[in-house]
Amino acid sequence: MAARKVKPGSVPGPGVVAPTGVGLAVAEMEEMDASTRAHASVGGPGGGSPVELPKRPFNFSRWFWATGWRHVVGVIMVVFALFPIMFVVSSSLNPHGTLTGSNALFSQIGLDSYVRILTDPQVPFTTWFGNTLIIAGITAVCTVFLGALAAYSFSRMRFTGRRFGLISIVVVQMFPQLLAVVAIFLLMSSIGDLFPAIGLNTHVGLIMVYLGGALGVNTYLMYGFFNTVPASIDEAAKLDGAGHARIFFTIILRLVAPILAVVALLSFIASVNEFVVASVLLVDTEKQTLAVGLTKLVSNPRYADWSAFSAGAVMAALPVVALFLFLQKYIVGGLTAGAVK
Amino acid sequence: MSTATDDVREDAPPKPTKQQRRAANIADEASGGIKVLLVKLVGLGIVDALALYAVFVLAMHEQWLVLGLVAVVTVIVNWIYFSRKKLPAKYLTPGVIFLVVFQVFVLGYTAYIAFTNYGTGHNGSKEQAVSSLMASSLERVPDSPTYGVTVVERAGELGLLVTDPEGEALVGTNEEPLHEASGAEFDGDLAVSAEGWTSLKFADVLARTDEVTALAVPYSEDPNDGAIRTPDGSKGYLYTSTLEYDAEAGTMTDLETGTVYSDTGVGAFTAENGDELLPGWQITIGFDNFVRAVTDTRLAGPLVYVTLWTFAFALISVASTFFLGLFLAITFNDMRMRGRKGYRVLMILPYAIPSFLSALVWAGMMNKSFGFINQVLLGGAEVPWLTDPTLAKVSIIIVNLWLGFPYMFLVCTGALQSIPEELQEAATVDGAKPWAIFRLIKLPLLLVSVAPLLIASFAFNFNNFNTIYMLTDGGPRDANAPIPVGFTDILITMVYKVAFTGENRDYGLASAYSIIIFIVVAVISIIAFRRTKSLEELN
Repeated sequence: MAARKVKPGSVPGPGVVAPTGVGLAVAEMEEMDASTRAHASVGGPGGGSPVELPKRPFNFSRWFWATGWRHVVGVIMVVFALFPIMFVVSSSLNPHGTLTGSNALFSQIGLDSYVRILTDPQVPFTTWFGNTLIIAGITAVCTVFLGALAAYSFSRMRFTGRRFGLISIVVVQMFPQLLAVVAIFLLMSSIGDLFPAIGLNTHVGLIMVYLGGALGVNTYLMYGFFNTVPASIDEAAKLDGAGHARIFFTIILRLVAPILAVVALLSFIASVNEFVVASVLLVDTEKQTLAVGLTKLVSNPRYADWSAFSAGAVMAALPVVALFLFLQKYIVGGLTAGAVK
Repeated sequence: MSTATDDVREDAPPKPTKQQRRAANIADEASGGIKVLLVKLVGLGIVDALALYAVFVLAMHEQWLVLGLVAVVTVIVNWIYFSRKKLPAKYLTPGVIFLVVFQVFVLGYTAYIAFTNYGTGHNGSKEQAVSSLMASSLERVPDSPTYGVTVVERAGELGLLVTDPEGEALVGTNEEPLHEASGAEFDGDLAVSAEGWTSLKFADVLARTDEVTALAVPYSEDPNDGAIRTPDGSKGYLYTSTLEYDAEAGTMTDLETGTVYSDTGVGAFTAENGDELLPGWQITIGFDNFVRAVTDTRLAGPLVYVTLWTFAFALISVASTFFLGLFLAITFNDMRMRGRKGYRVLMILPYAIPSFLSALVWAGMMNKSFGFINQVLLGGAEVPWLTDPTLAKVSIIIVNLWLGFPYMFLVCTGALQSIPEELQEAATVDGAKPWAIFRLIKLPLLLVSVAPLLIASFAFNFNNFNTIYMLTDGGPRDANAPIPVGFTDILITMVYKVAFTGENRDYGLASAYSIIIFIVVAVISIIAFRRTKSLEELN
């Protein structure tokens, strides 16, 4: 959730010098993993502090006040964090439909709900799923491309208006698009009057609106990363006769691949989660995304099949959670460390 | 931004000489090769073809201003990509076009709408309002002659091919008054087809009965002449309006009651007693929306409590997630503890799930009669988690804490680990207690790096639409307000509901509320930029 925030500030963090909380979080995760590994190797398999002598008799009270209470906190927090997830997984496996029927956790196990949500003719879940993947996927790819182009020019070229451009990107990104949702709706409906293919109720139109935010926080994130790639690489390529386009597409883009992946994933997650603009622009049920479709589904008081919704929610969340956990490992950093030698 | 000069490299001191630049260009061309040129030509060709099509369509609709803009932008784009220089512009143009249209322009457009009466009943121009009023008050002329009609279609638009009593074939649509049909073919007395139109078969007419019976083709350019309508798709009759429009005086007269409605500048025909004929049309009304929002008591009340709650929600969300996150970061930042990584992965999970799904699931669990929390955890209690004005706010805070604490946990852990260990050791040697070390040394250092993120988090929660909308939909609804607003609405959900839900969509008022958010966000940004000096650091 917070990963889609607009981040104005810059925090001195290790790894990616990124001005955003996203970058920070990613960098920090990486650092934490590294530190955990380091401690594991230092502390040995026991993980105990070197201060504690191994032969000292076990003292529960001392153990509790040193680390035991932390486990208590940890268990409480894990329960707090997981019980809604347990609930939704359990009710998705419940063959019976209602909300009340879902309360006895894991009392019955079956995949009936999954079958129901996938085959219900009233609920085009698979269409929504496909729409979401298409819209979020294309938006992610285009966002990365547009953002990388801009970040490259900001990072590698010096031109009049460069500082102004950077500042405007930082300032404009403070005003999220959903504030202008009324104007976006009216703009798209007048575009739709003239060009029905890209106006209201089209995926292309929605993607175009999303791309309006492409040069925002993402460009800034990439700009920071591009700056960490030594300019001598470009110089060497230029001496070898490579033009700017070749340098960009065949050299720089490969070196910054990790940040491209991160931006693509964040953009993907943000589009999957976007409700306001999508709900206003996509009118037909068949055209809607998961966020719009599932929200309208459960807010309809006549819809009583809670476990089918849960099954849909589990399926909808899986790709995003998978991508998110994948993202943690992806940034290894130091890609350019040995490049210039 | 795209008014760039030329390709001056970062570490190429003053300015490259002419020769150097020429050399660079030659190198560029030599490296690019025919493939790059081909890609560029094809790409620009597609762009130009699309632009040409757009210009053509815009010319048909007589949208000259937009046409001019499209033409100018296309020329500029071509100039940029065919030019030898303008290197930065080549990289910036695609993104900037989207940014300008869908981010900068729409923000400005929102500000404009805030000064209009745009909304249900005020959707179009005055001409559209006149024809729509006339069309909605049509009544069949008692002694109307019978016209033979054939339903025809052109480019998805239905029209009527009318054979008048003299045997002439006329054709028209809702928008286009009857005019002579060229190349009409007759079957007996009835014109059955015309050039450029497809005649509908009987089965199609039946299938589209609703559209066919809704057709009202104006008899002539003068709306007072009435329109031809057909109840069955084969016989048409003349209908005239019970309203009479006097274009000279700009008045509408109800022929049955004799009431005269005139244009008094409020965007609708208004009678002397204040009755309005709707639909009206769109006009700019100055600060009326803002004045209405703060002076109309039924609107001012909701605006005040929504604004207060928006601030409270954002502040409490930031504070609660930050302190929980900080506490957890401290708790799990002890290397003696085992299984820290396991705890961490499990606690990050709420952050990985799309927030709209989490909020919907929480809404189910907090359901008063059937929800998991009341039924199982509280043994059948009937706590109105989401339906009591106060408790709903508490629930929202709890859910937002669940959604947001992992992020703060990650951020604080990172910030804590970046504080050098020596500081703690030095303080310990000097005899400081752990609490004093934390409060006087670690916390200030931590706040320096985390403060910008807290401000950003505030700005995000200020417009945290998903949590509110999916969890309570802003409810419980405030029955006294004339707009669909509830006790847990924040400003952005109120904008959405005023503009897009309920019987009356009021785009003008919704945009006025958006302007309020703009101002708050702008103030937050200024504080953030002052605080972090991030703009000064840009270079």
